[in-house]
Amino acid sequence: MSAIDWDLVRSSLWPLARELLRGTLPLTAISFVLGLTLAVLVALMRLSGNRLISAPARAYVSVIRGTPLLLQLFIIFFGLPELGIKFDPWPAAILGLTLNVGAYASEAVRGAILAVPRGQWEAAMTVGMSRVTTLRRVVLPQAARIAVPSLSNTLISLVKDTSLVAVVTVTELLRQAQIIAGQTFEYFTLYGVAAVYYWVVCLVLSFGQTRLETRLSRHVAA
Amino acid sequence: MTAPLLEARGLEKSFGANRVLRGIDVVVPAGSVTCLIGPSGSGKTTVLRSLNGLEHPEVGTVRVGDVAVDWATRPDARAVARLRGQSGMVFQAHNLFPHMTVLDNVTSGPVFAQGRPRAEAQQEARELLARVGLADKADAFPVQLSGGQQQRVGIARALATRPKVVLFDEPTSALDPELVGEVLQVMQSLAAEGWTMVVVTHEMRFARQVADQVLFLDGGVVVEQGPPSEVLVDPREPRTRQFLQRLLDPL
Repeated sequence: MSAIDWDLVRSSLWPLARELLRGTLPLTAISFVLGLTLAVLVALMRLSGNRLISAPARAYVSVIRGTPLLLQLFIIFFGLPELGIKFDPWPAAILGLTLNVGAYASEAVRGAILAVPRGQWEAAMTVGMSRVTTLRRVVLPQAARIAVPSLSNTLISLVKDTSLVAVVTVTELLRQAQIIAGQTFEYFTLYGVAAVYYWVVCLVLSFGQTRLETRLSRHVAA
Repeated sequence: MTAPLLEARGLEKSFGANRVLRGIDVVVPAGSVTCLIGPSGSGKTTVLRSLNGLEHPEVGTVRVGDVAVDWATRPDARAVARLRGQSGMVFQAHNLFPHMTVLDNVTSGPVFAQGRPRAEAQQEARELLARVGLADKADAFPVQLSGGQQQRVGIARALATRPKVVLFDEPTSALDPELVGEVLQVMQSLAAEGWTMVVVTHEMRFARQVADQVLFLDGGVVVEQGPPSEVLVDPREPRTRQFLQRLLDPL
């Protein structure tokens, strides 16, 4: 007897794809965009010479990186309501994932900003740019190129981390596989199809990373 | 007699225990070329970078045009930025923005900092690029240019903000020897046009031919200054003579 039920594979392809498109991918996209915005903000705070600004950023990164994402989701969805702060499942999921991306990506962004040579800051200052303009026009565009490899790691981890939000009752790819497997007892088949879906998404993202790196490096000496 | 365009008085600065500037005066009349020469570690680059506030001396004053800064009062970033706005700077390592085209590099100051209309700034930038012999490179990226071309773009970028004085920090020291001439020629023609320039350099022929005054620095003080025909040809101070001797005959 085969471990794989091919008829079930065919019949579950669409239900799983639907939750990939309705759950996993939007969760990834929204959390990544919000998280990246947060990361730039946190990186700039950490780079501030003012301890009142850098210390909270440092504490945030430390707490998020020092505790499991699963636990963070539990606290947001089940813990905070005890303090009167209630979230619907989707906002809770987005919040947890965003905070997570923000912490990890901020380190990549901070490192990338620091890797832009000091001469670039100085040149921008001597043509009269303010600090904010220098960041926007000179430093961040160059930092982006430097940060792409590690931000790609964060993005690919995020795709898989979205599977954790099932615990706050959001249905996505893995949760859907669980549901169908629970009804048919074909665990290997369903989880196998789900695994292939995740892998394909990550393959596409890796491909995109390579292209983006090539594109952003076109004006940089080898 | 009118006041000089640039006047720095009593500049003092330390890096840790190392006193790099021990009371330096630099006076630059409008339309003149001043060359700062001296051994490495003499403080000449630090002096230059103090004139636009890339370094903050602990003591001393710098005035360019009608903008003055008294370093002893710890001026805030706004005051330093105002001083910096009076000058343009050309760096040893050119420091062009690698992600921008040549044209965007040159317009970066006028457009992003001075808020001038892009079309007008581009028009002027193209004229400046023609001026440094790079009219055909406007759409190139810095990485596609030779070292000498990159440095000439750096000069065009420094001029684009219409500074009162242009500061050059060893503009040819990082270049292959055969590329030095094209940069010096551009600088020479700028001097002839009447630009006020302060140049840190090891190019003694340039200093002799182009400079109106030469300051020889050593150990954080101005050891000797005067027209190049005196300082470079017939120096009074033994230390100046020694330095020039070593340049002429390194072996």
